[in-house]
Order: sequence, then C-alpha cells, then structure tokens
Amino acid sequence: MDVELIRLTKRYGNTTAVDAIDLKVRSGAYCCLLGPSGCGKTTTLRMIGGHETVSSGDVVIGPHAVGNATPAERGTAMMFQSYALFPHLNCRDNVAFSLKMRGMGKAERRAKALAMLDLVQMAHLAERLPAQLSGGQQQRVALARALVTGPKVLLLDEPLSALDPFLRVRMRTELKRLQSELGITFIHVTHSQEEAMALSDLVVVMNGGRIEQAADPRTVFERPATAFVARFIGGHNIIRLPDSTEIAVRADRMRLGPQAGSGAVPARVVSVEYQGTSVHVGFEADGLGGPGATALTAVIDDAAYAGRPLALGQTVSLGWDAAAAHHLSA
Amino acid sequence: MTDTALSAMPAIAKTPSASTATAGLTAKTRRRRALAYLQAAPMALVFLVFFVVPLGLTLIVSFWAYNEYEIIPSFTVQNYIDVFEGCLNTAEACTTVRTYLSTLKFCALTWVFTLLIGFTVAYFVAFHVRSRTMQMALFLVCTIPFWTSNVIRMISWIPLLGRNGLVNDTLMGMGLIKTPIEGLLYSDFSVVLAFVHLNTVFMIVPIFNSMARIDRALIEAAYDAGATGWQTLWNVVVPLAKPGIAIGSIFVITLVMGDFVTVGVMGGQQIASVGKVIQVQMSALQLPAAAANAVVLLGAVMLMIVAMTRLIDLRKEL
Repeated sequence: MDVELIRLTKRYGNTTAVDAIDLKVRSGAYCCLLGPSGCGKTTTLRMIGGHETVSSGDVVIGPHAVGNATPAERGTAMMFQSYALFPHLNCRDNVAFSLKMRGMGKAERRAKALAMLDLVQMAHLAERLPAQLSGGQQQRVALARALVTGPKVLLLDEPLSALDPFLRVRMRTELKRLQSELGITFIHVTHSQEEAMALSDLVVVMNGGRIEQAADPRTVFERPATAFVARFIGGHNIIRLPDSTEIAVRADRMRLGPQAGSGAVPARVVSVEYQGTSVHVGFEADGLGGPGATALTAVIDDAAYAGRPLALGQTVSLGWDAAAAHHLSA
Repeated sequence: MTDTALSAMPAIAKTPSASTATAGLTAKTRRRRALAYLQAAPMALVFLVFFVVPLGLTLIVSFWAYNEYEIIPSFTVQNYIDVFEGCLNTAEACTTVRTYLSTLKFCALTWVFTLLIGFTVAYFVAFHVRSRTMQMALFLVCTIPFWTSNVIRMISWIPLLGRNGLVNDTLMGMGLIKTPIEGLLYSDFSVVLAFVHLNTVFMIVPIFNSMARIDRALIEAAYDAGATGWQTLWNVVVPLAKPGIAIGSIFVITLVMGDFVTVGVMGGQQIASVGKVIQVQMSALQLPAAAANAVVLLGAVMLMIVAMTRLIDLRKEL
C-alpha cells in the first residue's frame, strides 16, 4: 500500500526530531531512509509504525490517515533493530505470537508459523529458543514473525547492522528477493549508503530531521541535491567555484595531468590507497574558492594508475570533466 | 633367551617414557583441581558450619529421647510418633494436621496477597516509572520500613486495629458502624495483614529485578504484533518475570511457614502455628521433640517448593 507522510513532525520538548517532512512511497516500493545517527530516520519509521506519537502532521497508509491506530490496525509490521524475539518462546511460537493474539487456534497458527519459517529457510530450527540461534538465524525468525500476519507495509529498523559484513551482503540479497516476491512496501532505515543503494527503489536522505533528497538511487548518486547528500552518499568531491556556487564531481570523473582541462588547479598528493580495481588518490588543492586547502579524491582505474604512478607529496594538475560537474543547491 | 630379551627391550624402553608423560599430565591436572577446591573452600566451610552441621545436629537430636529434666542420646522414633499422634484416626484431624492446615492457610493467603501487591508494585516501578533515578528512589522507599524491627512494625498495628483503635473510632465517628468491629485485631485477619505487611518486599525485590531485565523492545514487539495491554502482561511480562516470582514465593513461603512471632503477637497468642509448636517445645526444653517437629516442617516446606517449581516449569511448557 502507498505510504504518505504529510508535514510529519515529532518534537521532544524543545528539540525537533522530525521537522515537517513530506514523502510519498509508492505501493510495493523498497524505500530506504538513509542518514547519520540522530537525523530522525528511526523516529520517522516509528511514527509510521505507530510506536511513536505524532506531534503534528499525518501518516497516510493506503486510503486513510492512520491517526493513533495500533500497528495491527495500520497493517504495518516492524522488524526491530535488536530483533526483539521473545526469549521464552521457541521460533515457531515467536512467529505464531501475533496469530495467537488474534485468537487463532493452536494447530492453525502453528501450521502458518511453520510455513512462514519455511519461507525464510528456518523451518528446521522451529523448536529452538532464540538464544540458541546465530545472529543471522535470529534475523530470519524476526523477519518471519513480522511477515506472518501479511502486513501491507514492512518497517525495518537497521535490520542488518548487527550482522557481520559477509552475512550482511547475503541477507541484503534475501531481503530484496522477499520484497519482490511478496510485493509489499518495505521501509528500511539504514545509515549505510551502500545498503540503501543496493536495495532501494527510493532513497530518502535525511539530515537534522529534514529530507535532503528523495529519489531513486541513480538520481541521488548522479545528481545529489545538496552538498550534504553528495558528502553522505560518498564518491563525490565538493568544489566551491570562484562564483561561490558549489558543484559536486564524482571522484571517478576527476582528470589528472594532460587531461585535466582548462579549469585545472595544481594539487598535492596526500594519500594513495590501492583498492584492487581502482586506486583512490587523495589530493589537497588551494585556490578552489574556499579558504585553505580543499581535500579532494580521485578514483583512477588501476591500469591507468599503473601506467603513470604518483608519489606522495608530488604536485599534479587536477581537473574534471565539465560534463560531470553537477551544481548543488544551497 | 636373547630373543626374548630383545623382544622385551622395546616394550621396556617405551613404558617409562609414556608413564612419565601421563604422570606429568596428571600432576598438572591434580594441581589445578586442588586449586579449584581451595577456591571453593571458604564458601564450603561457611556452608558446612552454618548449614550442614546445625541441620545434621537437628536431625540427630530428633532421634534422641528426653524426660522432664534431661535429654538422652539414643535412637528412638518416638518423637516422630508423637508428632503424628492420633493422625491415623480418620474421623477427626489430629493436632499436627490442624496446626499445619492453619499455617498453610496463612501461607496461601499471604502468598496470594504478597504476589498480587508485589507484582503490581514491581510492574509500576519497572514499567511506568521512566527515569532510572526515580526507579531507584521508589525502590529504596519500598525498603524503608525495614529500617525498624519486625516486632515494632507488628505492634504498631495494635493501636490501629484494637477494639478502641483508630479504625474502629474513625468508623464509629463517621457513623458507619454502631459497635466496634470485633476481630480486627487478634484474628486471622490481623495475622494475614501483618504477614503481608512484613513480607511483600520479599516479592517486590526479585520480581522487580526480573522485570528490569526485560528488554523494552519486547513490549513494543508485542504491541506491534497486535497484543493488548493484558495480553502483553500475560504472554510476555509474566513469563519473563517467573524467575522473580519463584524466588519471591520461596522467600514468602519459608518465612510464613517458620514464623511464630507474628502469629503470636497478632493472633493474641491464641492461634496455633507450626513454628509456635516448636517454640513452645523448646522453651519446655523438649529439644528432641522440637527437633522432630522442625525436621517434619523442613520436609513439608521442601515439598511445597519442589511442587511450586514443578508448577512453574509446567506452565512454561504450555
């Protein structure tokens, strides 16, 4: 179902955690709320899920503003950051919990729970207690528990942050697969731009309780709306032009030496990091509008770098593709 | 001869080296084991001196004989026969059975009330009080009554509940009753009231402790799953508070079962209890009889606790 936020605001005393945000998430979309800690993304998610009261504004799910409805009435389900599995119940009963609360009979709810555990490949461990499972397994159970009532919208609060990097990538694929199979709306909170890029149809970059940009991942990366977005997404250099407008240039579109072009400036090499397929070279350049030296990064193809290696402290002329320069709004 | 000597040689050569290796290993293990025993020794000693030895002595003395002026080391089961005297008579309950029933009644009533009050107070402090500081403050407030002695706290009920006490006076002054209510004091009511007053804190502390460990996200997860407040209480909070409930129950049950002061003071020395029986026998220097009664009481309390832990584990299976 569509999820729409209208002037949604959350205030705690004098501090505003979420500041009148507007957002529309299409039905069946995978939306990531992305931002640094304290940007209001989790508060937003909790307001959508009915776990936090709304100070002003509205959450609209499907055709109705949900007001103070309970999560079950909203048709949302939340997957908690720490998974919040009931430690005294085994996997099957954890998954069957919400069915039990709805008064479904024992045999029926157990059968449904097992079917749901099967969907996340956990049916063979149905009798285990959460404490007897690994982090990844607990997460699958938590996912099954959230999905068992057939919610219209699944809310995920940093679901992958507790996993090790290898497992994180695997679970990421799994989440994406489940989402496209079930066709329901996923709203996923994360502070990892990589995760947001890999998963979402709609990336919502938040900062200081406001939405900086909401667009598909490619747009966010190609045309970041603000300097904050460009910095947070990474892979961009933010350059202040002499006319004091700011542009973002992707690090892999920086040009060195002869190709540097007309706007090139002399820059000192301060770091060289070999990354396999590419080399990340850090520069410091003076005279790019701002006061003092500006730190810049160039991502150079490994073969190109091998052809013309750079030494630390060396000064080269650094420029960029004019076509790659993207103007930022203030 | 040479053949046998030669064939024996390797075997001989092998054995010593192998045995030294095992010896070295066992010496190390033995040392480690000795160290572990040494570490456990102080606590074991305390247990031995203050728990095992007195209990053993009680058990031994319970089999001794006694007369009006001395106790005689021997082995007789007469004391136990005396405890259950007349209990084979099915027509009428014997003194011991009646005393136990009376004590069990107090025990059950006290348990129910302390559990209800203790659980409610613990729930309020653990879940409704948001700030940690406030939680600790309220928690300490709960323990303040324990700065005065049990007896003082019991006696302080007397001016309140007596025939011309505060309660009766107030009710009569308000014109709600014509004559003072009898049985406010020196009755089953006053005994249970005092027991609940004295022992509720032993429920609050362990239950609060287990509730404080419940992850708040679990409550949110239950809410997310569509559970109502009562459903969350019954399906999440109560099961997770069970260890605290069990510990608190054990405290309350053992305290009430062994009590003789509260029943004496609040019952006006008119109500029998198992502890009272033992105390009377002790003051009459009938130590073997008192010991036998104490052993029977110990057995009864242990049975209750075993039954209770069974019950709690059983509920976990459902």
